[in-house]
Amino acid sequence: MRGGPGRRFAVGPALPLLPFLGFVLVFLVVPTLTVVMGAFQDEDGRLTLGNLDALTGDAALTALRGSLVLSASTALIGAVLGALLAYLIVSMSPHSLLRRATLAVSGVLAQFGGVVLAFAWIATIGPVGVVTNAVLELFGADLYGSGWLFGLPGLIVVYSYFQIPLMVIVFAPAFEGLRPQWREAAVNLGASTWDYWRHVALPLLTPAFLGAVLLLFANAFAAYATAAVLVSQGQPIVPLLIRQAITSEVLLGQANVGFALALEMIVVVTLVMVAYNLLLRRTSRWMR
Amino acid sequence: MSDHTTERGLAVELSDLTRVYGTMRALDGLTLHLAPGELVALLGPSGCGKTTALRILAGLDHATSGTVSVGGRDLTKVPASKRDMGMVFQAYSLFPHMTVIDNVAFGLKMRGRDGAARRTRAGDMLDLVGLGEHADRYAHQLSGGQQQRVALARALAIEPSVLLLDEPLSALDAKVRVQLRDEIRRVQIEVGTTTLFVTHDQEEALSVADRVGVMNAGRLEQLAPPAELYSAPASKFVGEFVGLSNRLPAEVRGDVAVVLGQQVPVLPGSATGPGHALIRPESIAVVADPAGHATVTTVQFLGPLSRVTCTLADGTEVVAQLASVDALRLTPGDRVRLGVEPSPVLVVA
Amino acid sequence: MRPSTSFRIFRAVLLLAFAAYFFVPLLAMFDFSTQVRGSAPGRTWDNWQLMFTDEDLRSSIVASLLLALFTVVLMVALLVPTMVWVRLRVPRMRKVIEFLCLLPLTIPALVIVVGITNVYSWVTYVLGDSPLVLTFAYVVLVLPYSYRAIDAALSAIDVATLSEAARSLGAGWFTVIVRIVLPNITGGVLGAAFISVALVLGEYVFASLLHFDTLPVAMAALYKSNGPAAMAAALASMILVALFLVGLTFLSRDRHKQGAST
Repeated sequence: MRGGPGRRFAVGPALPLLPFLGFVLVFLVVPTLTVVMGAFQDEDGRLTLGNLDALTGDAALTALRGSLVLSASTALIGAVLGALLAYLIVSMSPHSLLRRATLAVSGVLAQFGGVVLAFAWIATIGPVGVVTNAVLELFGADLYGSGWLFGLPGLIVVYSYFQIPLMVIVFAPAFEGLRPQWREAAVNLGASTWDYWRHVALPLLTPAFLGAVLLLFANAFAAYATAAVLVSQGQPIVPLLIRQAITSEVLLGQANVGFALALEMIVVVTLVMVAYNLLLRRTSRWMR
Repeated sequence: MSDHTTERGLAVELSDLTRVYGTMRALDGLTLHLAPGELVALLGPSGCGKTTALRILAGLDHATSGTVSVGGRDLTKVPASKRDMGMVFQAYSLFPHMTVIDNVAFGLKMRGRDGAARRTRAGDMLDLVGLGEHADRYAHQLSGGQQQRVALARALAIEPSVLLLDEPLSALDAKVRVQLRDEIRRVQIEVGTTTLFVTHDQEEALSVADRVGVMNAGRLEQLAPPAELYSAPASKFVGEFVGLSNRLPAEVRGDVAVVLGQQVPVLPGSATGPGHALIRPESIAVVADPAGHATVTTVQFLGPLSRVTCTLADGTEVVAQLASVDALRLTPGDRVRLGVEPSPVLVVA
Repeated sequence: MRPSTSFRIFRAVLLLAFAAYFFVPLLAMFDFSTQVRGSAPGRTWDNWQLMFTDEDLRSSIVASLLLALFTVVLMVALLVPTMVWVRLRVPRMRKVIEFLCLLPLTIPALVIVVGITNVYSWVTYVLGDSPLVLTFAYVVLVLPYSYRAIDAALSAIDVATLSEAARSLGAGWFTVIVRIVLPNITGGVLGAAFISVALVLGEYVFASLLHFDTLPVAMAALYKSNGPAAMAAALASMILVALFLVGLTFLSRDRHKQGAST
């Protein structure tokens, strides 16, 4: 018998896992591999780097820039405002109904996306939106203008709507992880409120905050539905460029460029999520 | 080696402290005086108000009425950060993102000492608690006992006028607890800071304190040196809370009580007339006697000592503590004669 | 250390501001949904009625609801036995299973869609082109959230001891999973189910790019012809999802209370 005790991996017990593994293989791994391999193939299946070249083209670079701007800006807006809101919520007593209600609502709004979100904002600041009309009547100003809602600036405003609650959900536990003993010990040793925040609370919260920013970034980068509904002209972000690539009837053979763009998305999101996980491990070490 | 004894011992005065939460009275007119340099333990069951009293002294809670003064200075309205006290919490109080030495130096940093002075002083304090080589570690790398020693060093680094310990050993393993409480006492004597030590563990309180204050439902029942607390309890609560006691039927006549057929003096605070005398197991003598009025029911070997349970004619159970040499001569079913030591006892209703 | 009065006022003001920001768009949707078509004045509930009267819309609603149900069923059938089995018999695979389940968090849905067209043309060839075939893709999408919910529930009970006790009393594996473990993790399973439903009801990427008529796709299409009606449908689906998610919050609170006794 070779190997030490328990060193051999018996196949038998693992068999019941096959349905699940098979399922994940077919519906997750295969599509991902299709994308990765397809990025390096042309429409006849030959290996090529031509698709990657297309990524350096104007349309692709504009879209990438747009995606990065959208993700970074909404991540920052969401992080700052969301952290503020999380702080306000956590400052309430744990038994307070308002606190639990606000957290529950945040949970709902964070999942908010897609079609409904797009509609909500069209109804608010669209061409005949409620707020547009109100602003028109009260100040005579044209909020809607030439339709900025349906372009990148509009996406930034709309995405913030779910980024802020997502930040609340992700970051509130970090506040809750600040033990009261730390504050009391600091005060007892002579720290003022400002001292406490500067030397204890903020250093402890920073990794969690940065991690949350990364999570929000990845979340915005990967989002598709809302943009798909709001934007019908142009491809200001990568997901919409992909949509054009795979639905376009005019330019066949664009499909493989779509693969390359999808690969680009995988790379960006993976990098961000890896960094996020590293930061997560750091905070969990402290906040036990 | 630097000199750790300072003129730090100041008197502490808690006067008539009351703390009310809604309808709950956590403290009910507590008055406590600590002499300079002494270690007073506050002992009591949970909810008796001992931690509340400590936190009010620290400034982390405010009294509904009453005053707090240290060294003659009224601190009742002074915020916690300005009270110059060092506190050790039950657990989790070390700042996790700072090294051990930075933790210990934190109070000094708040007081504006420069880096070199901080490091020296913090290093000295760590040496004092025996953790000099761990200066650059982090809290999560230390055991519970080590963390509490760091917390102690941190509290003492600022040369506080009062040292406050809020159940510092309760979260630790039994063996570590015993080692650490002796450590704490040693350091406290060496530094000479007036100390208030809150605990629910009797043995802890009796072994480290100069005086022990037993609290119950927000009031101080008795404040006395440990031996006095044990042998001369002032009230029923103290008598029953501290140490084990038998409750034996007794009759008080004048200043003596008749227990088990013997006359023993009574402590002040005893009830009059018929009642129960609180007698320690080690104060009961058990002698084999075929004509005796009690019967042995169990003999429990506990090492050097043994516990012998006997039943009286009226069914009362009596627990006696004897040297095992004597106890092992008895067997369940033997008839015995019980005697009581002639020292003063507390009789309760 | 209770917060001071000035802080509480400050907090109340900010919370109100946030509340306004978040609720105004919802109210705006409601306003739109009750408008009469063609900018005529007055309010009407006609647009809401359309969800029951319009055939296309109704069938898309039914499709989405059925999809949600099927997704939950498949998710539970696939995930629960697998996770229990891994804990009991193949603990080495735990990291692998966890990695696979959390993978959809890193691979955007859009990317999966792009690569899944071949697989799905095969699926529709075999199973037909009802929207219900989206179930497979949707189970993949809900994997991370479901995994987390069920994993938390499994961690809270000592699966190994329970199953050993049951097996020593003669129970087979099926009995162990269905009659011993499952009843003890209902909180986690329900949590996974609720999140899955919420996700499926709002899912657009797969449905639109694979050309299936689910509710979100129907709503987006309806908007072009009947704005107010689309708004009504959107608001209705949002309320339904919100109810599920709020139900989830209550579930996790109860679970905390139960777990406290261990």
